[in-house]
Amino acid sequence: MKLTLRVWRQKDADAKGKMVKYQLDDVDEDMSFLEMLDVLNEKLVLDDEDPISFDHDCREGICGSCAMVINGIPHGPQKNTTTCQLHMRHFKDGDTIDVEPWRARAFPVIKDLVTDRSAFDQIIQAGGYVSVNTGSAPEAHATPVDKVSADDSFDAATCIGCGACVAACPNGSSMLFTAAKVTHLGLLPQGQPERQTRAISMLAKQDELDFGGCTNVGACAEVCPKGIPLATISRLNHDVLGATLAGARSD
Amino acid sequence: MSELQQEPTSTQGEGRYTLGDPIADNRAPDSPIGDRWDDRKFSARLVNPANRRKMSVIVVGTGLAGGAAAATLGEAGYHVKSFCYQDTPRRAHSIAAQGGINAAKNYRNDGDSVHRLFYDTVKGGDFRSRESNVHRLAENSLSIIDQCVAQGVPFAREYSGLLDTRSFGGTQVSRTFYARGQTGQQLLLGAYQALERQIAAGTVEMHPRTEMLDLIVVDGRARGIVARSVLTGEIQTYLADVVVLCTGGYGNVYYLSTNAKGSNVTAAWRAHRRGALFANPCYTQIHPTCIPVSGEYQSKLTLMSESLRNDGRVWVPKERGDDRHPNDIPEDERDYYLERQYPAFGNLVPRDIASRAAKNMCDAEHGVGPGGLGVYLDFKDAIERLGRHAVEAKYGNLFEMYQRITGDDPYEVPMRIYPAIHYTMGGLWVDYDLRSTIPGLFVGGEANFSDHGANRLGASALMQGLSDGYFILPTTVADYLADAPFDEVPEDHPAVVEAVQSTQARIDKLLSANGNRTVDSFHRELGQLVWDQCGMARSKEGLEKALDRIPSLREEFWRDVKIVGTGDGFNQSLEKANRVADFMELAELMCLDALHREESCGGHFRVEHQTEDGEAARDDENFSYVAAWEWTDGGKPVLHKEDLEFSYVHPSQRSYK
Repeated sequence: MKLTLRVWRQKDADAKGKMVKYQLDDVDEDMSFLEMLDVLNEKLVLDDEDPISFDHDCREGICGSCAMVINGIPHGPQKNTTTCQLHMRHFKDGDTIDVEPWRARAFPVIKDLVTDRSAFDQIIQAGGYVSVNTGSAPEAHATPVDKVSADDSFDAATCIGCGACVAACPNGSSMLFTAAKVTHLGLLPQGQPERQTRAISMLAKQDELDFGGCTNVGACAEVCPKGIPLATISRLNHDVLGATLAGARSD
Repeated sequence: MSELQQEPTSTQGEGRYTLGDPIADNRAPDSPIGDRWDDRKFSARLVNPANRRKMSVIVVGTGLAGGAAAATLGEAGYHVKSFCYQDTPRRAHSIAAQGGINAAKNYRNDGDSVHRLFYDTVKGGDFRSRESNVHRLAENSLSIIDQCVAQGVPFAREYSGLLDTRSFGGTQVSRTFYARGQTGQQLLLGAYQALERQIAAGTVEMHPRTEMLDLIVVDGRARGIVARSVLTGEIQTYLADVVVLCTGGYGNVYYLSTNAKGSNVTAAWRAHRRGALFANPCYTQIHPTCIPVSGEYQSKLTLMSESLRNDGRVWVPKERGDDRHPNDIPEDERDYYLERQYPAFGNLVPRDIASRAAKNMCDAEHGVGPGGLGVYLDFKDAIERLGRHAVEAKYGNLFEMYQRITGDDPYEVPMRIYPAIHYTMGGLWVDYDLRSTIPGLFVGGEANFSDHGANRLGASALMQGLSDGYFILPTTVADYLADAPFDEVPEDHPAVVEAVQSTQARIDKLLSANGNRTVDSFHRELGQLVWDQCGMARSKEGLEKALDRIPSLREEFWRDVKIVGTGDGFNQSLEKANRVADFMELAELMCLDALHREESCGGHFRVEHQTEDGEAARDDENFSYVAAWEWTDGGKPVLHKEDLEFSYVHPSQRSYK
């Protein structure tokens, strides 16, 4: 199929970017979206033009590297699908496709479609862990975990840290990301001792960075490629409220 | 290393290498196998906690091995500098491991034990691994599960609240712990969170988007690395008392593999060029269940977890070239060839055997799909037996992934699968302490060669990465640091200056070629060549052909590669070119290793060496050794042999029938 791409090109963090138009004449429907860009990049290099930079790595939808706003939607039109797993069979001959980087104050553009998402690591540093040193663990079966909690915890833990939730949020809030981690650990017995401080510390860090506040729009959960449910945010709010009432302080 | 230069006497790859002194792993104690690791831990020297913060450790790579090692060394109080080429340590490719992690917990009461896991792994590796290492791995498997559960890894559980397990290839017990089809992700996030906790605590200094391009060796000791900032292009040096490489495998030498696009051999290969021996490069693992190639633009291959073989049945049409829709082919016209050929293990034979069987079926024109390069993996019986809901609970996300990529619904139509490169058992040579042949350079995880012999069993890579990272490296690196801190290395030390200059010169050379071919086009050509000649089946003729072609391809690459842009900033073509340049050198050593090893074992299948019924024919008399290769700049590689001893598991012809 023939496609017209309009891609955000920005030389570096300080440069002014713009949308640039490219024509592709021979796109196979079994290609992934990134393979389509590979083909375009090969062409650009041979034409002495700078290829389009984009983050990508596993191309299996699990590492969370790839991050493109496709026709206005983070990761494109297919539900529960990362950009690397989006295939061209979901587009049709003659389509024009807009490709942009994540747009959020906390994720500044580095080049073209590449953004800096290190703020997510800082949120995890604020408490997204269980403080257990190597070697100090009790026998695994010492603490049974009921299956429903274990399964719900797992669902929240599947977050890949791609940042689509922030890109989709009109406030640029990282609430779903933070809530997913708070839910993952808060549902397990191993996560209980630090449950309150974790929730308020991570939330405080998120506010301190350039993320906006949550106003319950719900766009985050709509675009999340892993289907992290909006209910995790309620759980975060619940834990923060509980922590505040109990007089817990952030670290 | 002293060299006894002599030409090899047999016909294996004659004239292409020389034979050096044998090497030995002198670090494993002589005690009974079950006591060795305890004895080694006790003999390892300790470092006073107050002195630890004065000692610095570089850890390159943040996968299971590197992330776990950096976090644990940070917890112990060392000053750790951690590096990854990705934008955050959480993206390391361990994250993509699907199926599970083995541990000899025997929660099923099905006859499992440390000794059985040890036995299965040595046998699965086709008797080409070290008994001492494998036994330690089996012992550590118990603590790994405890550690991960304590970190909050949400393993699958039963209604009792206790941990669930499943079966993997090459075993008859159920010892694989899992977190749906995303076990690697959950284990990696556990290690990543431990690492971030240490970053917050100030013990670990994190350098993301920073790629190691050379090793700095001063007075015979590894003392630092040269790395390039992917963001600014700046070449920088980082110095320390010890360097640990956990930089993964080299499967991307084949271009198409299940590895992440960025996975590369550069760090390990640069260390090899600086004197570290590279062991068994021809031991590569082809995973039997991957989604077949769909076109020339294909950029990578996607694995479908081995766990699918618990319930999926592999078959091809009995009739050659049968192109009917699979659902139209009646039961009696299907050949469930694994169940027919290997009745004892059936669909759960080890990976090397399942891959080769698929290739044989396709070579005999029973393959299905485009080009006849595929076999069916069918869940119809499982869905009938267990119900769709149960199958969905076990494999739901894998089925969705398959459907997203292929457009076919595996609940309705059998999956089409074909083998693909997935893991590399070879890697930098290490002793029992995971020390390379360069003092002060340790190697963990897939980057070393140590535990899997000629074939890795499923769910053992995660086990090895975490065993190395959480439990072995922290002990053995501390033992090495008992002699530290070493003399400070000035930034203008000749060895540092030379390493920086040669790195810069290499980048300048790549940028100045300004030729006519893209990096990917060279990489694809190299990959096809290595896949054809050093893939699932290898022959003397084919390997010699590859060995003749690779040097000229490499020469063309340096002369004709085209990279747009400069080295001063974000330049992904330049990053790729740097990696491909090293694959071009590694490929030659792989083929040489495969040519010299005149036997078949595990993933290394030489067509000249097979039994009457087409199984791998090992030659224990002549090849029961680790082949550790020494780099000689421009000269022939030197082969050092480490003899393998088997005192606890007697080598036998592997039989899964």
